[in-house]
Amino acid sequence: MMASRLPAPAGVLIDRSKPITFNFCGQDYTGFQGDTIASALAANGVGMLSRSFKYHRPRGLMTAAGQDANTLVQIGDEPNVLADLRAIEAGLAITAQNVFGSLANDYANVLDGLGRFLPVGFYYKTFFRPKGAWRYWEKLIRALAGLGKVDVGAHHGYYDKQYLFCDVAVVGGGAAGLAAAQAAAAAGADVILIEENVRLGGALNYARFDVEGRRGRGLRADLVPRIEADQNIRVLTGAFANGWFADHWIPVIQGNRMYKLRAGAVVIASGSYEQPLVFRNNDLPGVMFSSAAQRLIKLYGVKPGTRAVVATANADGYGAALDLLDAGVDVACIADLRPQRGDGPLADAVRDRGVPIVQGATVSEAIPQKGNLGIEAARVAKITGQGTTADVDDRFGCDLIVTAVGYNPTANLIHHAGGTFVYNDDTAMFELTALPQGMQAAGSVNGSFDIDAVIEDGGKGGWSAARNAGCKVGPMPTVRNDRGAFGVNHPWPIFPHPKGRDFIDFDEDLQVHDILDAIAEGYDDVELMKRFSTCGMGPSQGRHSSLNSVRLTARATGRSVTDTGTTTSRPPYAAETFGVLAGRSFEPERKTAMHHRHLELGARMMPAGQWWRPEYYGPPERRSLSIREEAAVVREAVGIIDVSTLGGLEVCGPDAAEFLNRVYTFAYAKQPVGRARYLLMTDQHGVIIDDGVACRLHDHHFYVTATTSGVGGVYQHMLFWNAQWRLQVNITNATASWCGVNLAGPKARDVLAAVCTDVDLSSAAFPYMAVREGTIAGVPARIIRIGFVGELGYEIHAPASQGEALWDALMVAGEPHGIRPFGIEAQRLLRLEKGHIIIGQDTDGLTNAIEAEMAWAISRNKPYFVGKRALAIQEKNGIKRKLVGFTLGNPADPAPKESHLVIRDGEITGRTTSVNYSYALGRTIGLAYVATDQAEPGTAFQIRIEKGRMIDAVVTKPPFYDPDGRRQEL
Amino acid sequence: MVFALLKYGLNRHYPRVHQFPKPRDLRPSYDVVIIGGGGHGLATAYYLARDWGITNVAVLDKGYLGGGNTARNTAIIRSNYLTPEGVRFYDESVRLYKDLSNDFDMNIMYSERGHFTLAHTDAAIRTMRWRAEVNKHFGIESELIFNDDIAKLCPQLNLSDKARYPVLGALYHVPGSIARHDAVAWGYGAGAAMRGVDIHQRTEVLSVTREGVNGTGGRVTGVLTNRGPIACKKVIQAVAGASGQVAAMVGMRLPIRTIPLQACVSQPLKPFLDKIIVSGSLHVYISQSSRGELVMGGSTDPYSLYGTRSTLDFKEGLMAHMLELFPFLGNVKILRQWAGMTDMTPDFAPIMGETQIENYYIDAGWGTWGFKATPVCGKRNAEMLATGRVPELIQGFTYRRFHDYNQLGEKGAASVGH
Repeated sequence: MMASRLPAPAGVLIDRSKPITFNFCGQDYTGFQGDTIASALAANGVGMLSRSFKYHRPRGLMTAAGQDANTLVQIGDEPNVLADLRAIEAGLAITAQNVFGSLANDYANVLDGLGRFLPVGFYYKTFFRPKGAWRYWEKLIRALAGLGKVDVGAHHGYYDKQYLFCDVAVVGGGAAGLAAAQAAAAAGADVILIEENVRLGGALNYARFDVEGRRGRGLRADLVPRIEADQNIRVLTGAFANGWFADHWIPVIQGNRMYKLRAGAVVIASGSYEQPLVFRNNDLPGVMFSSAAQRLIKLYGVKPGTRAVVATANADGYGAALDLLDAGVDVACIADLRPQRGDGPLADAVRDRGVPIVQGATVSEAIPQKGNLGIEAARVAKITGQGTTADVDDRFGCDLIVTAVGYNPTANLIHHAGGTFVYNDDTAMFELTALPQGMQAAGSVNGSFDIDAVIEDGGKGGWSAARNAGCKVGPMPTVRNDRGAFGVNHPWPIFPHPKGRDFIDFDEDLQVHDILDAIAEGYDDVELMKRFSTCGMGPSQGRHSSLNSVRLTARATGRSVTDTGTTTSRPPYAAETFGVLAGRSFEPERKTAMHHRHLELGARMMPAGQWWRPEYYGPPERRSLSIREEAAVVREAVGIIDVSTLGGLEVCGPDAAEFLNRVYTFAYAKQPVGRARYLLMTDQHGVIIDDGVACRLHDHHFYVTATTSGVGGVYQHMLFWNAQWRLQVNITNATASWCGVNLAGPKARDVLAAVCTDVDLSSAAFPYMAVREGTIAGVPARIIRIGFVGELGYEIHAPASQGEALWDALMVAGEPHGIRPFGIEAQRLLRLEKGHIIIGQDTDGLTNAIEAEMAWAISRNKPYFVGKRALAIQEKNGIKRKLVGFTLGNPADPAPKESHLVIRDGEITGRTTSVNYSYALGRTIGLAYVATDQAEPGTAFQIRIEKGRMIDAVVTKPPFYDPDGRRQEL
Repeated sequence: MVFALLKYGLNRHYPRVHQFPKPRDLRPSYDVVIIGGGGHGLATAYYLARDWGITNVAVLDKGYLGGGNTARNTAIIRSNYLTPEGVRFYDESVRLYKDLSNDFDMNIMYSERGHFTLAHTDAAIRTMRWRAEVNKHFGIESELIFNDDIAKLCPQLNLSDKARYPVLGALYHVPGSIARHDAVAWGYGAGAAMRGVDIHQRTEVLSVTREGVNGTGGRVTGVLTNRGPIACKKVIQAVAGASGQVAAMVGMRLPIRTIPLQACVSQPLKPFLDKIIVSGSLHVYISQSSRGELVMGGSTDPYSLYGTRSTLDFKEGLMAHMLELFPFLGNVKILRQWAGMTDMTPDFAPIMGETQIENYYIDAGWGTWGFKATPVCGKRNAEMLATGRVPELIQGFTYRRFHDYNQLGEKGAASVGH
């Protein structure tokens, strides 16, 4: 194909003063700023852009609008770039995809010759015998499949997102969209107009509406400046409205940015996809839609060929022929598929310019150049019936075949929203029959093809949308009845050839017989036909195969096209990158008020949900030593641990105690003010879901703690239940407002006394399980005497803003007593020595309160709590397992890991949940689930550890350390 | 092997094997009516016909064959479950899957890839070890592995400790596989049809006819469809997301919530990822199909809905996490997204077997794990319908366990958060 640039006004998008050199498949080419890769290559006479998916046939421009897969190329580490959409840049290096060898010489093209051995769904039919054979064949099939290449070393680019809001969103900036935006804005609506091309105007930029070829430009010159001047309209060009989600939530993708648009009402003015004519070799480079030829000429000033044959069934083909003639392309013949002569002025003008027109004929075959690299000639034959042609034909030498046989609505967003279309046999077109609420359609997507009707339809759509959005509108605009939909679509533009290569789906290399074979095998529902043949499953998602494949299916099954239906269109409209969807990764990280103090002290931080918590303090090589020292200092002197991540809930109101009585298992009605009480939460199945402490600060006010990972769920659970109970209670998740530390060890009281003078800390005045409010070094605090680690301890909760002050004051006060901070690991060990369970570690998704030996925390006298009934039934039916403490039978055995199984007679009876070596006790201790009849203290059982080795363990009643609890109650 | 293809190429006419007979009229009565023409229903019909010689069977579907969750799932097959009941059950399924292509004379493209469930917390490490230990106990290849080994097996994965949620380890399940999900339904359907089973598409059950309803569930005698009534001896429902609605026709209330689960695929890419990667903490799973598409999913939607709408925030969240694991995928493009309706039980195990209604059987509660159970469900449902006895393998899945508060603890084995 030799092509050359045309003089202005052709080429409205290019700037001829700015040449740009880029590289395609190893060779440099020069285009102009504003060119796409494909247009610049076309200007350089390069027609082949890719090889097809299955047969590796040469492919070139088909739509010139980024709507087909023929133009997919690789740019560096970016696969599957649409070459007819992506602008050229200096130095851009573009390569072909899915070729073996080179684009020009693709060895895999041999598959084209073997096509008859690769029938539709061939991979279902073979490659699986003998058993196991598929794993070898699969490698070959996989290597042949796929398009672009992923570079595993590619860097994550920069992407961002922005929210947008408007009264009316108009999708599509063609004539209908421009009119809609203007009408909506005139009614006072705040309008956003979204256009995927870089220039507003749609077909006004390239289509031929009149013999002189001035109408489109004139309309555009009238409409666009008014849009651009309108303060109520924001225009986004080069932007894709990529889907419709509930309540008019529309992602609009512009480059590497995604706008998330919430609109009051939407006008879909997205136009329609031109549809292919099916004939032998209709996929060759040089066969293109009329709109594609016109885009090349008008937008890029590229002459699409030297000698053309035009096959048309509507006026647009004649418009394209006039454009070709004006561009200096010799039009060898027009094959008009319609039996009767078209009487429009465009057809007359073409005839007047001496172009031979064959009525009732079609291009029946494209004769390829050597290697299928382009077209050498077209055969034109008379149509003898639906899809059949005469045996005799005329051969016209040409390098370009332009087709104009009709359109299918670009209804993607309407489908996403649940709109429905019905096939009209008279227009041979899918017509919109029902629109979702708040959505309008205008222009050709709505069945308007006459340009004046399109503009009126747009105006009406904009008016309706403005009204839907609540704007004051004038009287409803009237629109003409004849919208020009008749005579646009040919009812059967499908001319199968005995030798095939009559493509229905270009992405998937599917020919007419492939579709018919799939149906004949029994895949006769349109969805099954699609899934078996893969028709419409490729990158262009059926844009050009859906209509013709449905027509074929309908005919083959004897159903109407409407009864046959179409497959479902789903988001996104255009392919969208992972990066754009992800945006800048916002993964929240929560740091406690003392976070930086931990870092200064050399803490090794570990994740705990979104939080970071100190695992231990010191370098990694001293890990176990640090943990041991931290534990020892708590047992012997005093330690401090940051517990800010614990949940904090304020439960207030006259029914606060009653509310806790229902959502937790223990009894809270008579809990005195100033006392703390253990909390155990079960769900309706009696399964333990959280624990904590309830501090009664006032008759009507409890401060409730929850686990770090559980608090979100606990809060939701509380709201859920109270929505039904409607108790007089207010629940607030105040976790982020509070920070906290636990001060634990025999010297804890001495340390606290040094900084807290307004609370009587004596054992008598402030006993175990009491709560007080006071100040610590000037910081207001809630002080709770509890002992998770089993020593004299105070859990101090203070405003999060005061965290560092609190921490510093306690560290200074503790210095004479040898205070040390301790991390999660030491705490886990210390609590295990006391036999305290950790929810989620020592319980699983089914642990009920009885199995976990938590019966002591269940109030039997209450009439109700969530899970009570379930627990009663489970107790009656018998518990199957129990959580017990254990020590090793032979202390010299290696310690089991957490989650090693308890095995009896070859059956699983339980598993370990917590295991640690206690330095204080000089032995390995743990918790494990065992069968109920293994749960008596002193019972021996076996644990399977690494490499299948069995070791002996003995049930040992916890607490392992200070069994009478004297130390914590000091 | 490739001789099969020569058969097609050298024939003048394509040897069309009509896999599914043309739709015919409903017969007035059938021995067994199967409500739901998805994988489970078709597999049940297949084994009834093949193994038990019961061919007077109708499979009814209100849509098209295999068009529900069979068409919408991400085609992962594994048996690395947590409870002994689950492990034994899914292990039988995997073993059946391996032979399906030969059983069907149709390649279901069963592809053993190796399945990683990543652990990002020490709690997850404990769960993975638990699963590995239970799996190994039943002879299933699963192992808790750490980053050195993960890096060798899947070097593409981001194992940096600078990640927001660094990978700490993984449950590696060697037999984890993918298959062409549609082909599974077609193979079962074609095999059943070939043996005389009637498959009625676009045939919706409007009600179930019962007699002797008198304070009890009564006895099923037939169904009424949009194409007319059918008398039958036995009915089984296998309708996934619509389980609650269909069960309501016989007055059953199921402890099931129907929740949408979404998925998406990328454009086709040259193969670069063999393994199946799942991260429960990040709510991500991904594999690369034989077509080269990345098939991806996340957690279920946060609400109940009998609908298959897609959402934008699903993709946003999924892709943010996907790039955490595979930072080089920023320029890869999403082709399509969709949703299915999952029928979630409280304990993440299915509901199978008899019901309180005589002659009415159930196959429900498949949540996010129905595809991988297709063969075993079909086989055991068929055995149950043919013999009238509930096979031992599925007895644990009885609906009665919810009355007795005797649930199965399969929650820990769900691949993603719920």
